[in-house]
Amino acid sequence: MKILTGNDLKTGEVTWWTGQDWSLHVNDAVDVGDEAESILAREEAERRVNSSYAIDATREADGGIRPGHIKDRIRALGPTVRPDLTLKPADPDAGNWVI
Amino acid sequence: MYKYDSYDQAMVDTRVEEFRDQTRRRLDGTLSEEKFRPLRLQNGLYLQLHAYMLRVAVPYGTLNSAQMHVLADIADKYDRGYGHFTTRQNIQYNWIKLEDTPDILADLAKVEMHAIQTSGNCIRNISSDQFAGAAADELIDPRPYAELLRQWSSFHPEFLTLPRKFKIAVIASQTDRAAMKLHDIGIRIVKNAAGEIGAAFYVGGGMGRTPMIAPLIREFVPLDQLITYSEACLRVYNRYGRRDNKYKARIKILVHELGRDEYIRQVEEEFAHLLTLDIEPPIAELERIKAHFADPAFAAGADDLDLSDPDFALWVQRNTAAHKQPGYTIANISLKPVGGIPGDASAAQIHVMAELAKDYSFDELRVTHAQNIVLPHVRKADLYTLWQKLDAAGLGAPNLDTIEDIIACPGLDYCSLANARSIPVAQKIAERFAANGQTGTLGELKLKISGCINACGHHHAGHIGILGVDKKGTENYQLLLGGSEGDDTSLGKITGPGFDEDGIVDAVEKATNVYLARKQDGERFLDTYRRIGMEPFKEALYA
Repeated sequence: MKILTGNDLKTGEVTWWTGQDWSLHVNDAVDVGDEAESILAREEAERRVNSSYAIDATREADGGIRPGHIKDRIRALGPTVRPDLTLKPADPDAGNWVI
Repeated sequence: MYKYDSYDQAMVDTRVEEFRDQTRRRLDGTLSEEKFRPLRLQNGLYLQLHAYMLRVAVPYGTLNSAQMHVLADIADKYDRGYGHFTTRQNIQYNWIKLEDTPDILADLAKVEMHAIQTSGNCIRNISSDQFAGAAADELIDPRPYAELLRQWSSFHPEFLTLPRKFKIAVIASQTDRAAMKLHDIGIRIVKNAAGEIGAAFYVGGGMGRTPMIAPLIREFVPLDQLITYSEACLRVYNRYGRRDNKYKARIKILVHELGRDEYIRQVEEEFAHLLTLDIEPPIAELERIKAHFADPAFAAGADDLDLSDPDFALWVQRNTAAHKQPGYTIANISLKPVGGIPGDASAAQIHVMAELAKDYSFDELRVTHAQNIVLPHVRKADLYTLWQKLDAAGLGAPNLDTIEDIIACPGLDYCSLANARSIPVAQKIAERFAANGQTGTLGELKLKISGCINACGHHHAGHIGILGVDKKGTENYQLLLGGSEGDDTSLGKITGPGFDEDGIVDAVEKATNVYLARKQDGERFLDTYRRIGMEPFKEALYA
């Protein structure tokens, strides 16, 4: 599947395109198919997102979404060396999802 | 240390308000990201993996406690409670909001700080010896000259759009603690045969994808021609440095392709021309700057230390250096606790270091290119108390210049340019050697890790260097041996095929085992490598 990611203009936080808005959680991302370019052009023009791009991802057995490249998995979770700064600070195994 | 005059302050204050307006226009949509990006980068604001990153300039790494407290306050108020000290003697914050940035810059300006020219194709933060003004082996304090270069290079209209970024280091010791020959310009203050003080210029060094050691291009430039000669070096680069290919745009490529002799010829020609224009700042300005770097009021004191506490004795042995003043020492605070993130300090720790500097080091601190902090002027009589307070704050790691004192770039955990993570590799190596008890046995061993070819972690200059690369979407780590950033500057060589994350930790241990088995009396790892060559290491690594 193809999903869209970028950084929020005001905060710089990593965001994922949900079909209608941007979410901090990768599992909210939707498959945009061939629509990536037109969505990105529109959203950047509306200034809600910065440095946006389309990536390949897979849907896992539990329904979660896993970006194809390690860089985007780190973006989705947070730094692997500071669990307290990730989106899953209480999950000691969260970092394993990245590798 | 240097104090802003009214011109310095007005420039920084004006820039803050200018950026406040630019940010407002970006947020309301008047400015596109394409137009705004170069403006934010001129103020040190990047967009990294997780958020905006702000890089704050610390000229030649020198800070006072008020500045250090503000750095801690920024970490608390605008970031996530910590800051990251970098290999250019700066500090970076990883979780900055665009809308907060003008306020952060305003807070910095109140303590004579800014983020100007910490990014972009301009002359970056001037770096220097972290022991400047304190070292026992120093000819003179190099910082007035670093400050003069800072003032010359800040907003220099001719050098704000160079072919690429440009890095200058100034030292005044035979011992190179600033990796001077791995800068675009490395300046060493020297004394000539007639006893005059001047500057030796090394031009065209650097790391990155094409590492080069700067050749000596002039043995002696009179100090009252320092700026004129620097300008000549920059002018030739600005005129002929390649702008068509950013990978070939650094001055090292120009010097290499022109050849040292031809580059020198052109610089000398430009220098002769510039001398006729009388561009050197008046000597009164240099004297004004020098007055800010006068020695603090040292007191008489004994050199004796009670080393009966073995933990303190070990810290003294590894983390202090000889001071020029009897009764004083230079204290190095390691930001490399085993398992920690190299260069990171919490806001609370930054406050502690600020207070200790005020109480025990004449209100001065230094950031080192090895991502540590220095208290430059500590009375030996105060050293035990100081160490106890550092230790209580988690700042007492006794590991300077050991295998635990690893330089590591932020890597793929934070940096949008990186291909592999650096920090977890550094953590695992430090933990391995702390556990196997070999840290002390190995002695001086400088290990440096970069998460990409840009070499922010200085892997080329590590006795052991590690370069993270992307191998078909997975992290892979190449091992390099034989680099050095010091007086005996050399570039490390790749041992062979790379390793995975755990494999590289094992590989480092195998390499150190070769050293321990083959070393002769007094040899460092680097000395043994240079004596026996790469082959014994390769045999052990790839058996």
